[in-house]
Amino acid sequence: MLQLSNVSFRYMKKSILQDVSFTIPIGQIIGLVGENGSGKSTLLKVLAGLLRPSNGEVLLNGTPVTRRSADKIAYLPDIDLFFDFYTGEQLFQHYASQFEDFSYDKACIVAEFLQVDKNVKLRQLSKGNRGRMKMAATLGREVPYYLMDEPFSGLDPIVREQLIKGLIQFTDIEHQTILLSTHELYEVEPILDQIILLQNGSIIAHEEVETIRDVSNKDAVQWMKAYYKKG
Amino acid sequence: MTIDFSRDKPIYSQLVDRICGDILKGKLVLGDRLPSVREYAVETGVNVNTVQRVYKELEAMNITETKRGQGTFITTDEERIVLLREDMKNQLAEHFLTSIEALGFSKEEMLVVLQNKS
Repeated sequence: MLQLSNVSFRYMKKSILQDVSFTIPIGQIIGLVGENGSGKSTLLKVLAGLLRPSNGEVLLNGTPVTRRSADKIAYLPDIDLFFDFYTGEQLFQHYASQFEDFSYDKACIVAEFLQVDKNVKLRQLSKGNRGRMKMAATLGREVPYYLMDEPFSGLDPIVREQLIKGLIQFTDIEHQTILLSTHELYEVEPILDQIILLQNGSIIAHEEVETIRDVSNKDAVQWMKAYYKKG
Repeated sequence: MTIDFSRDKPIYSQLVDRICGDILKGKLVLGDRLPSVREYAVETGVNVNTVQRVYKELEAMNITETKRGQGTFITTDEERIVLLREDMKNQLAEHFLTSIEALGFSKEEMLVVLQNKS
């Protein structure tokens, strides 16, 4: 269980997250949505142990999350921090040297499923193919928690659909949880169990997707827009 | 193929309708084996938990049965499918009636139109 209690984060004097609390159980796919600058990326980095909260705490199964928690948490960054002079193959080798839980075989299977060639240098790949390769490397890890920052951003609909299918195919929802931030809520909604809506660094809504449809007769996009109108 | 879901209904119930529809259309036949939960999730682009709920729902409706270690199968009970046909017809009719009512048409008026349509 990954648990945030009253987490705030300030950068210089600027408040980025304010009093954020929620619990992520195992066995869920959760979407983190909100406008640009609402704090999604910061929240994911705090959860991954890459940033320390200014206040509050993040607990993984009862112990505080630090950079060392990386053995339980796989983090997929938004920016291409990936070593672009590597080939996919070298990237996988690098992951294998860094993470004990990394399965080279699984990463290769995912890359094949996503139809991306692991023998090409990352910098020579298209944006879509780099997105595929990042996904293959991330899903190559066998961890209880995957935190993904905008895994579908800037990719065409065909690549997005393929990545979504890859997520379903190569994670085990009985033992794993995915928290992903996205602006493509319309397309991603069918794979989500829950949605967390962030605005100006605070959670303004947290709901099960089927409840949204069942109770309010709205899809997630309309539901989200209704909150913005109120705000 | 990924499905476009309508906005106002839970995704699991749209998938239940879809499988029922496939049975009525004959795309799925009595005794057919359904794909595994994960296969169906990947095929439709939907969360595994949602598909699990779909399969549970179908089983509760006695439309499918799960055989341990073998998977989920469409029932072999023909009467259940006859009943399903009737249910779907009724649902369609209800839906039609609410729609025409909303626009102020009478049932009689619409019957004439329906009969003249080929």
